[in-house]
Amino acid sequence: MTEDHIDGNAAGGALSDVFAVDLTAATGQCSSCAQSLALAEALLYTQAPGLIARCPGCEEVVFRLVRGPGRAWLDMRGMTCVQFELADS
Amino acid sequence: MARAKILGRLTWRVATVAAVRDETSSARTIVLDVPDWPGHLPGQHVDVRLTAPDGYSTQRSYSIASAPEGNRLELTVDVLPDGEVSPYLARVLSVGDPLEIRGPIGGWFVWDPEKPEPVQLIGGGSGVVPLMAMIRARETVGAQTPFRLLYSARGPETIFYRDELRRSSENGSGLSVTYAYTREVPQGWERPPGRVDASLLTQITWAPEQEPISFVCGPTGFVETVADLLVSAGHDPARIRTERFGPSGGGS
Ligand SMILES: Cc1cc2nc3c(=O)[nH]c(=O)nc-3n(C[C@H](O)[C@H](O)[C@H](O)COP(=O)(O)OP(=O)(O)OC[C@H]3O[C@@H](n4cnc5c(N)ncnc54)[C@H](O)[C@@H]3O)c2cc1C
Ligand SMILES: [Zn+2]
Repeated sequence: MTEDHIDGNAAGGALSDVFAVDLTAATGQCSSCAQSLALAEALLYTQAPGLIARCPGCEEVVFRLVRGPGRAWLDMRGMTCVQFELADS
Repeated sequence: MARAKILGRLTWRVATVAAVRDETSSARTIVLDVPDWPGHLPGQHVDVRLTAPDGYSTQRSYSIASAPEGNRLELTVDVLPDGEVSPYLARVLSVGDPLEIRGPIGGWFVWDPEKPEPVQLIGGGSGVVPLMAMIRARETVGAQTPFRLLYSARGPETIFYRDELRRSSENGSGLSVTYAYTREVPQGWERPPGRVDASLLTQITWAPEQEPISFVCGPTGFVETVADLLVSAGHDPARIRTERFGPSGGGS
């Protein structure tokens, strides 16, 4: 395995630009290999334009977040059934 | 400890450097005053943003080293000589300077003082920083949770928080500290310099049957090796939390 990745946990700041709740502790299922994982456990690559998180089981992309001037692209099709704590409103 | 502080939407805040303290010849602790800091959990990090006069800006993550305490926050930054951000933080930034930060971030690599299970902290190089926040928080709340720290570093001169770690491990509260040196050892040291291996891990960790929770932090290669060794030794991967700092991550 290469050494150029960090943990999905490090994406918490960037994700907080988009989501109203912390997603690093959210759990979901990899849509390629069905492994359950917390977002914080994904392998995070920060060298690519934007952030790319891969499944620790099969290394398929679980989410991708790219920022441009005044704009963001988010692709989460690699992770399904995302579950997180949410206070009752 | 106060209520969980795992916030969702975060905004950039301007902190002010209240003090700086050298930890080693290449690492420095930066004490920040952050107005309206919401508090944090031990293990969380902040993002730091530097912006040049021409508008170019860049961000890096830094773990919080201090236990939650009012509007104060401490980071410890190790210099990566060719780095873009760390030399500025550890060498240039001075008392009174503003620093843009966003946080606290992360709800996964955090220790909950209310959990009774024994805790294994395994840090390489600057990977000790968030582990120190856990040790400090444990002391602040007076928890008796058994804690073991394995701290791997290049040599004795590169250890952060040495005096504080000595005091905290000698006060009978149930914290033990083991150092492992990869390049240089003190005179008469029982173990030759070398990387953390299976036998050392077996020596300092609890048996898997005791269901400890492990926090492993440091350069990516270090974290990878240690996490694999823990799994091979029979530890449940679900009880191993990791924080990779990147390829260099302060060296170990
Ligand atoms: C969640 C998190 C928490 C962190 N907490 C801390 C902390 O508490 N303290 C701390 O000091 N750091 C911490 N880091 C690391 C920190 O974010 C930066 O990566 C580090 O300070 C280097 O940044 P830089 O801008 O100086 O270097 P950059 O300019 O980003 O680095 C230069 C580039 O050179 C390469 N490189 C340089 N030297 C080496 C080397 N020796 N080996 C391999 N590659 C090399 C790397 O690929 C790197 O991308 C943390 C990282 C994360 C993800
Ligand atoms: Zn997968």
